[in-house]
Amino acid sequence: MAVTPPGADVNPDRYEVVIGLEVHAQLRTRSKMFCGCPTRFGAPPNSQTCPVCQGMPGVLPVVNRRAVEFGIRTALAFHCRVNAACRFARKHYYYPDMPKNYQISQYEEPLAEDGFLEVDVDGSSRAIGIQRLHLEEDVGKLLHEGTIETAKASLVDFNRSGVPLMETVSRPELRSPEEAAAYLRAFRAIVVYLDVCDGNMEEGSLRCDANVSLRPRGAAELGTKVEIKNLNSFRNVERALKFEVARQTAALAVDERIVQETRLWDADREVTRSMRSKEYAHDYRYFPEPDLVPLQIDRRWVEEIRAELPELPRARRQRFVSRYGLSLSTSDILTHHGPLADYFEAAVTEFPDAKAVSNWILSEFLRVLAGGDERVLSMKVPPRNLAGLLRLIADGTISGKIAKDVFSTMVDTGEDAPTIVRREGLTQVADEAVLDGIIDAVMAANPKAIEDFKRGKTAAKKALVGQVMKATGGKANPALVDRLLEDKLSKIQT
Amino acid sequence: MYQPIHELTDAYRRADLTPTAVAEAYLARIDALDGRLGAYLTVVRDEALAAARESELRWRAGAPLGPLDGAPVALKDVLCTRGVRTTCGSKMLESFVPPYDATVVERLRAAGAVILGKTNMDEFAMGSSTEHSAFHPTRNPWDLARVPGGSSGGSAAAVAGGLAAGGFGSDTGGSIRQPAAFCGVVGMKPTYGRVSRYGLVALASSLDQVGPFARDVRDAALLLGAVAGHDRRDATCIQAPVPDYGAELSKGVAGLTLGLPDEYFIDGMDPDVERAMESRTRAAGFGAEVKRRIMLGTYALSAGYYDAYYGKAQSVRTLVRREFAAAFARVDLIVAPTTPNVAFKHGEKEDPLSMYLNDVFTIPGNLAGIPGISVPCGFSVTGLPIGLQVLGRPLDEPRLLRAAYAYEQATPWRSRRPELT
Repeated sequence: MAVTPPGADVNPDRYEVVIGLEVHAQLRTRSKMFCGCPTRFGAPPNSQTCPVCQGMPGVLPVVNRRAVEFGIRTALAFHCRVNAACRFARKHYYYPDMPKNYQISQYEEPLAEDGFLEVDVDGSSRAIGIQRLHLEEDVGKLLHEGTIETAKASLVDFNRSGVPLMETVSRPELRSPEEAAAYLRAFRAIVVYLDVCDGNMEEGSLRCDANVSLRPRGAAELGTKVEIKNLNSFRNVERALKFEVARQTAALAVDERIVQETRLWDADREVTRSMRSKEYAHDYRYFPEPDLVPLQIDRRWVEEIRAELPELPRARRQRFVSRYGLSLSTSDILTHHGPLADYFEAAVTEFPDAKAVSNWILSEFLRVLAGGDERVLSMKVPPRNLAGLLRLIADGTISGKIAKDVFSTMVDTGEDAPTIVRREGLTQVADEAVLDGIIDAVMAANPKAIEDFKRGKTAAKKALVGQVMKATGGKANPALVDRLLEDKLSKIQT
Repeated sequence: MYQPIHELTDAYRRADLTPTAVAEAYLARIDALDGRLGAYLTVVRDEALAAARESELRWRAGAPLGPLDGAPVALKDVLCTRGVRTTCGSKMLESFVPPYDATVVERLRAAGAVILGKTNMDEFAMGSSTEHSAFHPTRNPWDLARVPGGSSGGSAAAVAGGLAAGGFGSDTGGSIRQPAAFCGVVGMKPTYGRVSRYGLVALASSLDQVGPFARDVRDAALLLGAVAGHDRRDATCIQAPVPDYGAELSKGVAGLTLGLPDEYFIDGMDPDVERAMESRTRAAGFGAEVKRRIMLGTYALSAGYYDAYYGKAQSVRTLVRREFAAAFARVDLIVAPTTPNVAFKHGEKEDPLSMYLNDVFTIPGNLAGIPGISVPCGFSVTGLPIGLQVLGRPLDEPRLLRAAYAYEQATPWRSRRPELT
């Protein structure tokens, strides 16, 4: 099992890594690319199909306008040129998940071209060129009993057949696996912000193929490229590319020729393996789809879509730094998901201490969220209620520690903080007269601690504070208790 | 059995005839004659009678759905029919039962037409003789030794032989007009995009059009009117409103300029050698002509050859369009023969090229996307029908029909019948 290819003696810096990514994003349209069937994920097999997406003889495609709009929206976010006219083409190949034996895609005249995507790696940012963005249809899904090699029969689910796909091809300008992963993360953040794709790699809403080659540093010509498929998570993209770079580096070190081919990432064994050699690659026999007329894209429509573009993740991150005085890393986490950033901004409007709000979101909110959907949690604890909780801390009504318990209750019951504090009597005890009495009682009950303190064991004071907190059910104002106790102890000593 | 549809519906209105009686008579005639003619691939007796009975109730209630209510029609087996197998004349689709109706079929049902069955055709509409059906050849009602033309030969033969009152076919290079000429009936290819192609199994998407076969020009106008018009399921379908074609007919031809192009009068291309019919058994799957075209298409589109073939063909099409546009700047209609010869004998044209030449007068109309109609214009010395073709500007079906109607009313040809008993 060649997990790590040989090549310890190879100088990896001799070569420059060249990576280009092809990302397929399923568009979140309600209906399919060329028919009216719904696109919901996870429906019973073949329940969302019709003669068109089953590829029956005689059917004709009709373009989904919404999918075109989503494509344009994304193209504009990637700074692409949206072509005034584009057309669909038939791409021919044979596979049982594609009933027509051709996929309606775009070839010579794509929807948009020549854009870029800004990517941050190790604190610096680079603009990665985007060559083209086009629309096409997804294929069905094959289900094999057991493995594809041993299954007696395979089943086809055409629910996915005809779901709109947007393919975005980067230029070969990525220079490391880390950078490729960062590109994909930035890509995902943008399409999710634009609300054109749910970005769910596990469900296959976002799929990635990579072209990898190596060339001697300084060389102008590209080396022989290898295409890697089946990169269905950010982690896999980075790992597969690392493996492939190492494999090619090792091969070049012993003067082995790199074969132009398609390799499949085997996530279990953590290797790429050869799928088919490009020498036998398909001739797709593209030709303009005669059942569809060329698509004329109205300039005014494009400008309308441009005007409605939301603030994108990088711009928002920058604004969080400058406007709220947050650190870049905090801003990065907050702005990565649009809904989280929305939540933050809504809470800050109610409670203008941005640092306190962000601290609570980054700690308690994300802890309770535990990778779930922000929208669900924000329904239980709307931003207004988080702000209400923070106000109670700020005005000394409750301690930070009690606040965490209150937050948990808020998540469970959906009530606001004052209601919970009132009902459970959690208001902080900050009355000196009350605390005086409690402290005296605690001191009287713990003569040993007093003795220890007198002998110079300062830790004894902490134990006494703890006793006072316990006696007040955690409601005593810790700072006040500390000061009062300090006073009393210092009197004893003298 | 030779009454046109508009006479049948007149009789329904007067209660001289009922749709059920007419459907029964047609089905009986199919039973009696189609064994020899081979026009049909599938006859839907029960459905036809059920539709006829419903039509009869509507006529009796004085509320027919329109001028086609109760009209017995035949559909080329390239049009998808819900629940009724649609073979395209191929073993490949021998058991294909579409779960949906083609738009044309849907509209015919909505108009009350009684569908008798599905008619024979050259496999996937690739042919000009209906000999290349995977099931059986169709014979010409005027001479059973001859072909009915094709690829919509089944519908043409059914209408000509009195096995249907009207019919539908598809025309990619002449597949309606040529068999109409060979069988002595009216056949029309509308403007590209005038009739929805949804549910028509494609031969060449940018050339295919569905169109009617009829006893006379008035029927052709009625049949076209029932199926024409925009369909949101076909992106290439034209949005223009549909005129009342029937009402146009009587407007006459005064003031119309007709052109007779020299290019359509060429030396006879009939081969002088009649080849013996080669018996051929077809394995399941595609027939020889289909395979030939698949290979041609595959080759023409392969990497590096695209420009030389597909690209070149596109340029030629543009030239043909321009030439027609230039001609229509000077004349309103172009009149020409439909075919260079009359119906030939079965097996006569074994050479694919000479078969393709049969479409030489009709295919330019498809390339240009313009409408064309073939009307009977006489008989050869051997008693075989000859067709006259009228071509018009895009969407100018009304003038096309007016000219064809005027010609038909002025000539005696439609009264002659094939001797088929």
